[in-house]
Amino acid sequence: MIPAREPVPGRMKLEIRGLHMTFRAENEVRVLEDIDLEIREGEFVCVLGPSGCGKSTLLNIVAGFLAPTAGTVKIDGEEVSGPDPRRIFVFQERGVFPWLTVEGNIGFGLGRLPRRERERRIAHYVALVGLQGFEKAYPQELSGGMKQRVEVARALAVNPDVLFLDEPFGALDSITRLVMRGELLRIWRAEQKTILFVTHDIEESVQLADRVVVMTARPARIRRIVDIDLPHPRDLSSRRYLELRDGIFEEIGLAHRI
Amino acid sequence: MTARRRLEAILLPAAAAAVLIAFWHAAVQATGTNVFPSPAAVARGLAELARKGLLVRYTRDSLLRVAAGYGAALAIGIPLGIFLGWRPGPARAANPVIQILRPISPLAWIPVAIVLFGVSDLSAIFLIFLASLFPILVAAMNGVRGVPAMYRDAGRNFGLSGTALLSRVIFPAALPEILAGLRIALGIAWIVVVAAEMIAVNSGLGYLVIDSRNAGKRYDLVVAAMLLIGVVGLLLNVLIQRVSRLRAVRWGFREEGA
Repeated sequence: MIPAREPVPGRMKLEIRGLHMTFRAENEVRVLEDIDLEIREGEFVCVLGPSGCGKSTLLNIVAGFLAPTAGTVKIDGEEVSGPDPRRIFVFQERGVFPWLTVEGNIGFGLGRLPRRERERRIAHYVALVGLQGFEKAYPQELSGGMKQRVEVARALAVNPDVLFLDEPFGALDSITRLVMRGELLRIWRAEQKTILFVTHDIEESVQLADRVVVMTARPARIRRIVDIDLPHPRDLSSRRYLELRDGIFEEIGLAHRI
Repeated sequence: MTARRRLEAILLPAAAAAVLIAFWHAAVQATGTNVFPSPAAVARGLAELARKGLLVRYTRDSLLRVAAGYGAALAIGIPLGIFLGWRPGPARAANPVIQILRPISPLAWIPVAIVLFGVSDLSAIFLIFLASLFPILVAAMNGVRGVPAMYRDAGRNFGLSGTALLSRVIFPAALPEILAGLRIALGIAWIVVVAAEMIAVNSGLGYLVIDSRNAGKRYDLVVAAMLLIGVVGLLLNVLIQRVSRLRAVRWGFREEGA
């Protein structure tokens, strides 16, 4: 287990330079083009784009699951060459291991700790995500929102300094989704993680992020980076919130009406 | 309501069996056959077998042969299947051979078994081994191959690789499919032991069928042996179904009628 490194807010954490990704199937598919992005320690950044634009590919590259065609990703000044327990990827709730209980899942990455410490950590994160009483339950006995909490807790338990979230709340109903956003913000403040969060939901990005990286359709480039200068907790009916939200709607060419 | 259900669950099958036995009895009476036994004659036959100690001995011998052949198939089929599911290269090399050997009826191997092992226990065990090997091997291979990439990525993200990844992620994820293969293989093994005992050995339920016919056309004992084969097969299936209900693997099975 890596000891918790004291986070330094504002220090450069993640650096993406000249990133390109092309998949070669029958014909070449250009997925990402010329992505440059810097993320600071403790920042919450949302990558926003239409479905299938390649934003998940970007996240998979940054997490070390995929190698880019060109360009580099550096975290703490060190080039990313593979997945690493210091940076945990949170899938939609389907990433929870169905053969393990809630406890088993949350303790999954804690194998090397002494038993007492391991149990203490599991208890801490069970409580943090509000799953007390469900320690012995199997994922199939839980709702979608609860499974998502298990995944977040499993990620946090190994004390990573970066979290990658790939549309984590996409499969949840709209009420649970709102609750989970609040929870994530609370956890983010409590644990001071750097978060890179992929979503196609404009409202979600403006509610959560310090900065929203707006992507184009495929091949994805960065269209614009929007600073969300709203304090937490955010007032979703405030003028500034609506301005930022509508600004992004216009940015990607959607008139704000149906 | 539940009490009534439970009563029905016993009474209805019992009624169906009673109807069948009554029909059987009536048919024997009506045709005046002196070859095919009546239900009462079969019951007397079973009593005779029990009295001579053959019922327990033959059942035990058949089960021991299945245990040996099936056990060997399990010990070889599961590791080999996992290896082939994990390594696409060797799997591509081995697959044509497996696909050609798999559809060959175990009964076609009888002459080969006799050449290799003579008319002996070993021949019977070899046939059972062959019959159960392929369902187990193929299930383990497909099970491993079908493990969602997400589980593998999550495991790697928590720092696992090699055998640790295999034992903590790949194997448990593939286990439901492996168990399904084990169940199919056990059913086949029980069918094949009967056939193998007809040619290769002089004990067991299959031997009882063929011996009762050859030595004095004792069709009451033939049918008694058939009933025993059915009952033991049913018990084996119930036993292995129990295993599939364990909580750590139940997620992998669709709800099915007990």
